[in-house]
Amino acid sequence: MENLTTVVDWSRLQFALTAIYHWLFVPLTLGLSVLVAIMETIWLRTKKEKWLKATKFWMTLFGINFAIGVATGLILEFEFGTNWSNYSWFVGDIFGAPLAIEGILAFFMEATFIAVMFFGWKKVSPGFHLASTWLTAIGASISALWILVANAWMQYPVGMEFDPDQMRNVMENFWALFSGIAVNKFFHAVFSGWALAGVFVIGVSCYFLWKKRNRDFAILSIRSGAWFGLIGLLLTMYTGDGSAVEVARHQPMKLAAMEGLYHGNAPQSLTAVGIPNPEKRWNNDEPEYLFDIQLPYGLSILARHKLDAFVPGITDIIEGRDVIDGDTVYTVSYAERIERGRAAQKALAEYGAARQAGDSVAMNTALTAFRADYPYFGYGYFNDVEEAIPPVGITFVTFRIMVILGSYFILFYLLTILLTYKPDILDRARWFQLLAMVSVPLMWVCSESGWAVAEMGRQPWTIQDLLPTCAAISDIPASSVVVTFWLFAAVFTILLVAEVTIMVKYVEKESQKNLNA
Amino acid sequence: MELEYLQNYWWLLVSVLGGILVFLLFVQGGQSMMYTLGRTPERRNLMLAAMGSKWELTFTTLVTFGGAMFASFPLFYSTSFGGAYWLWILILFSFVLQAVSYEYRRKKGNVYGSSTYDAFLFFNGCFGCILLGVAVSMFFFGGEFSVNRTNILTIGGNPVISRWAPTHGFEAIFNARNLVLGVAVLFLARMQACFYLINKIAGNEQLRSELRAKAFINGGIFVIAFLTFLTLLCMATGYDVVSEGGRTVSVSEEPYKYFNAITGTWWIGATMLIGVVMVLWGWFIGCFRKANGAIWLTGFGTFLTVIALFWAAGYGNTAFLPSITDPMSSLTIRNASSSKFTLTVMSWVSLLIPFVLAYIWYVWHSMDKKKLTSEEAEAEH
Repeated sequence: MENLTTVVDWSRLQFALTAIYHWLFVPLTLGLSVLVAIMETIWLRTKKEKWLKATKFWMTLFGINFAIGVATGLILEFEFGTNWSNYSWFVGDIFGAPLAIEGILAFFMEATFIAVMFFGWKKVSPGFHLASTWLTAIGASISALWILVANAWMQYPVGMEFDPDQMRNVMENFWALFSGIAVNKFFHAVFSGWALAGVFVIGVSCYFLWKKRNRDFAILSIRSGAWFGLIGLLLTMYTGDGSAVEVARHQPMKLAAMEGLYHGNAPQSLTAVGIPNPEKRWNNDEPEYLFDIQLPYGLSILARHKLDAFVPGITDIIEGRDVIDGDTVYTVSYAERIERGRAAQKALAEYGAARQAGDSVAMNTALTAFRADYPYFGYGYFNDVEEAIPPVGITFVTFRIMVILGSYFILFYLLTILLTYKPDILDRARWFQLLAMVSVPLMWVCSESGWAVAEMGRQPWTIQDLLPTCAAISDIPASSVVVTFWLFAAVFTILLVAEVTIMVKYVEKESQKNLNA
Repeated sequence: MELEYLQNYWWLLVSVLGGILVFLLFVQGGQSMMYTLGRTPERRNLMLAAMGSKWELTFTTLVTFGGAMFASFPLFYSTSFGGAYWLWILILFSFVLQAVSYEYRRKKGNVYGSSTYDAFLFFNGCFGCILLGVAVSMFFFGGEFSVNRTNILTIGGNPVISRWAPTHGFEAIFNARNLVLGVAVLFLARMQACFYLINKIAGNEQLRSELRAKAFINGGIFVIAFLTFLTLLCMATGYDVVSEGGRTVSVSEEPYKYFNAITGTWWIGATMLIGVVMVLWGWFIGCFRKANGAIWLTGFGTFLTVIALFWAAGYGNTAFLPSITDPMSSLTIRNASSSKFTLTVMSWVSLLIPFVLAYIWYVWHSMDKKKLTSEEAEAEH
């Protein structure tokens, strides 16, 4: 194989590209599908024409967005095979199951009932249509459940055992997949979709107000979107807090990278704003930040829900240092993890040789040695502890973008709700209408930043502690991945441009019709 | 339950998904005829509106087929997808283009014009069918790869377990035997599209007689291509694989392997025979007796024929992905499968499949009760 690093880098880049594009569309699908279902339910119960018009308007935008999410999702699923061949075998016994269940339980539900949603208005009863709208929304969320269970398992692998004969991990406990990380991740992602859809609906509706068209329709949509989005955002924050605690417990290195923290303290402050020092290494004396504003006790509360809890930094973790009940304790340092990872790999090779020789005593000896060191198996692929540190700069920055924008959107939602009950002020508040429109892309930045934190912060692992990206790849030339990267980059961009333009044209055209009932 | 029963059961489920997928490729078949049958904008809109309510089912079946393969036979996922890279990437690429085209082709502001999206659909229609046929054909005629699980212990070198020929799938695409099945799948899909449209659209006698003529020609080409494939398959040498505890013990060449499998295992032979007869009978009554429901006969026949082919590829001490270059690396349902635990969990989940099929059938029936008119097709965008 040609330059291994290049294949790894391009494969990572291609996966990141696909995931970023996919996540442009998915949260809107998750949120808008539920909002549309709520609107249709209200219409069916009240028979008020305004709700039917709102349902149909937002449903069309949902459909435009849905198709491109499906397209990017297809690539994402198959890329596990095409670009991460070793990964697919090493953990396929566990990871494949949620993907298959997603297909059987969720994709067919979405695919079947979305056809009724769009083409069935005159072909089925209103009740059946409403059920189809709900089932499409539920299907989208079930889909999210399974893929996020799979993703969470990569970050916190449990419920499996390594089979040395097959050279792979095998599942031992299916329900272990529903760990605290998985549950928080699922609700965090789905509710963030609600929050995003709320801002989208408010932003588009404010365009109507800006153009002084369809005022009643716009205010109805803004009020619906604001309440829906606020509930979504509050639940996103609640589950985000749960996620932070889980990360502190199971992925302390990710948390340290999110904070750019090298030396932890008890209590540990939180860096509200800061510029990480690019010269800072885990083993030098450079300052951690070029500039920073600290919130006292912040990180202790965030990560451990305790005012004076110790939170380890990158250097602490590498050295295996922790503070428990005020006492400094040393666990397994990264240097030792590398040694033990290599020992596990050596024992596995010895096990294979003993099996071929039919020496059962040697097999048992090798297996016992292997089992003792397997938790650090993946570290054996590293030559230096530095390789096990995530990229601090991007993780630190994207975390702050997510949190700052998330906080902004709480204020935005509260203000929006207030204004919808004072429609005369909302009519005249051009600054707010403009702010709402500008906020739409900001919401996407916030949402994508969240995923960047989750995925950059867990580097260099595909499976935490067990399989780094450099050992998870396919045996393909880097040049092939370069070509497919640019191919998909071009196609996704071309389709994104089309999607946005179609949406803009549709909104403009519909705004000129009478949508007020 | 014994692991072997579970492996057999999951190969059966994969076969069923494969059979449903090939049946649903009538959507792609219709797309491949849009420049001939859909000469006028009205005609094309009608055709694509008819296909448009079903494309997601085909797409979803493809995704679920991939997911089921991943869950039940991960070594296939790892070896074939990561090895025959270009074959799978081109299949995926064509389906990405399809996914947006139905929704965008007639929308204002679609930037590139309807003709671009129509070209996407045509590309997916032709290449999607041919390349999926090539992928299935590899179940018999194999690929150039090796599997060595201890590679993962290679530190600082190439740690990849499954390694493929440097052509990475192009050699499969340009293999004449694989292409024969690709062509057969394409023309089968085109014939089925004609029968689907006859069943779906209201009135329009001129179009219906044109569809019957096209079904006759496309069906004829399919029959020739399929018989050619069947002859090649029956003449091919396969592998006789001896497995023990999930590992391959020995592999030997067996002349006329698939001929023996089809004729020697009665349920494979009978299923294929019934399937082929149903397709031919459906073709006949659809073309000459003006039967509106021929799609169901050819469709079910297609399903049976495809699952019989999958059975010939997977059951009976054979390899479902033979390695040409390293026979011991060939993938069988014994050495490529998931563990007993995972297959058991997945088997419990699979009990929901009849429920899924039931609601798909119910919705299909509800949506297609009333035949599609040109007026409706024009209004749908």
